[in-house]
Amino acid sequence: MMRAPLIQRSAMPGLGLSAGITLSMLSLVVLLPVGALLWQGAEFGAANIWDTLNRDRVWAALWLSFRLSFLAAMFNLVFGVLLAWVLVRYSFPGRRLLDAAVDLPFALPTAVAGIALTALYAPNGVLGSLAADAGWKIAYTQWGIFLALVFVGLPFVTRTVQPVIDEIDAEIEEASASLGASRLYTLRNVILPMLAPAALTGFALALARAVGEYGSVIFIAGNIPLRTEIAPLLIVIQLEEYNYGGAAAIGLAMLLISFLMLLVINLIQIWSRRRIGHV
Amino acid sequence: MTRPFNISALALALLAFAPAAHAQSLLNVSYDPTRELYRDVNQAFIAHWTAQGNPTPQIETSHAGSGAQARSVIDGLNAQVVTLALASDIDRIAAAGKLPADWQALLPHNSSPYTSTIVFLVREGNPKGLKDWGDLLQDGVEVVTPNPKTSGGARWNYLAAWAWAEKNGRDPKAFVADLFTHVPVLDTGARGATTTFAQRGIGDVLLAWENEAYLALAELGEDQFDIVVPSVSVLAEPPVALVEANIADDAQRKLATAYLDYLYTPEAQALAFKHYYRAWDASAADPADVARFPKLDLVTIGDLGGWAKVQPEHFGDGGIFDQIHVAK
Repeated sequence: MMRAPLIQRSAMPGLGLSAGITLSMLSLVVLLPVGALLWQGAEFGAANIWDTLNRDRVWAALWLSFRLSFLAAMFNLVFGVLLAWVLVRYSFPGRRLLDAAVDLPFALPTAVAGIALTALYAPNGVLGSLAADAGWKIAYTQWGIFLALVFVGLPFVTRTVQPVIDEIDAEIEEASASLGASRLYTLRNVILPMLAPAALTGFALALARAVGEYGSVIFIAGNIPLRTEIAPLLIVIQLEEYNYGGAAAIGLAMLLISFLMLLVINLIQIWSRRRIGHV
Repeated sequence: MTRPFNISALALALLAFAPAAHAQSLLNVSYDPTRELYRDVNQAFIAHWTAQGNPTPQIETSHAGSGAQARSVIDGLNAQVVTLALASDIDRIAAAGKLPADWQALLPHNSSPYTSTIVFLVREGNPKGLKDWGDLLQDGVEVVTPNPKTSGGARWNYLAAWAWAEKNGRDPKAFVADLFTHVPVLDTGARGATTTFAQRGIGDVLLAWENEAYLALAELGEDQFDIVVPSVSVLAEPPVALVEANIADDAQRKLATAYLDYLYTPEAQALAFKHYYRAWDASAADPADVARFPKLDLVTIGDLGGWAKVQPEHFGDGGIFDQIHVAK
């Protein structure tokens, strides 16, 4: 619909109406708030933005947020695809229940998730006390943040990959096997290339979600500056000081980094699509 | 507990119902630990107000971090009354033109109908023997406090430590810097810090509002924690004010004024004592509620130079609190 040049009349009726509704909705819900953020940043000025960002504490928080979000999304990429594979390809008792449980991180308020995870992994919690015996601290360290980010990001990969696995006919694998390919070869050169674009989309979604996550992380993080302080918390702190400009500055930095990361993921997707030729 | 959600949900609800609001309704925007207090005060006030022949008013109270609440009011939350943790938060609302700059002189006692202070909540039997601020710097002592950047109560914690160091000939900046190296978890609000200390078992001592410490004892069991009162602390004055710009008509002004005046009556003061606040008028209070407050040396915010000076110097962007963390 959107691909058609403006002058050329589309064969499908209703372009004007549907495009109008789409654009108004998109403007109200996405473009205007992002525009307001850019406006706030422009008013603050480039020099002030740089002064706000160029501090050890801000760099540390940005590095922490993006590094842990990336690691959590990587973890979800591997285990989310595996989970999707198990849910689609095997039939076992409780499969539907497990399938439904995958959506829980979507539905649960993030604060509830954060408090539940903290209660479990705090040094006096059920799992936290076991870890503490082994000399491993989870809650109130970067491990805790990682755990919360894995939790909120998990459904994204699984749910994007599931329908794709569903569509891969078992015949393709059989054909590959009958031509003499080993199982590993089939997996690596037949199945994974077909899954890659969807898995990457899921990865990108999980990553974007993790970067902006505040509600669940704040309870388990410990929030110590330079060590366990996430970038979204710094934004809240700036707001708490009525420093809207400073908050916008950090928000813009996060937006820019996220945008660059998503751009790279998109480029990889385009490249992998060209290589495989379909999907 | 997630403030942004609470506030936006509340703002949205108010947005949706704004036309339905009538003169006999009142929104009191308050801070975190006053939930229990205002639940009782509202009930008592409604009885008091209707006893004078007025129709039953609809009084609502919202609670979240003091700064976040002030921001909501500045951004248009239709509160007729604010009862916050810090005068500097109400100063911000005044700076936005919603109430007069001299608001704090309009009601008795710096517009603070009740006060509190900062005490230590320690584990039963005080195993680490923490008696005063100086003891908190011993090796291996873990101190739980919320983040002064996001919590009004934590600013009082910080200032109490500062005041003790000043009075005891220690370099206050070095003292608080050292103190914050003993903090393993910085929660964003007072309630979160109480949970971390009481439920998660983190830390040896919680720096808390006195009322919050007593509440923790009452709710979580007196056999688990002890309250330790340090030799020096701050007189925390959580002030109240009428938000001029949000008063719809004379009837609502009358209601809002009566509500704030009611906070100073012996009945409301008795409720404040009951909820572990140090109020002013004990005439109607249960003597046991009054007697439980030990006497201690209380430093006022005026002694430290007033909020207008303290806020930017200590908690502003790049202020002393930021410096002590960067120096680490």
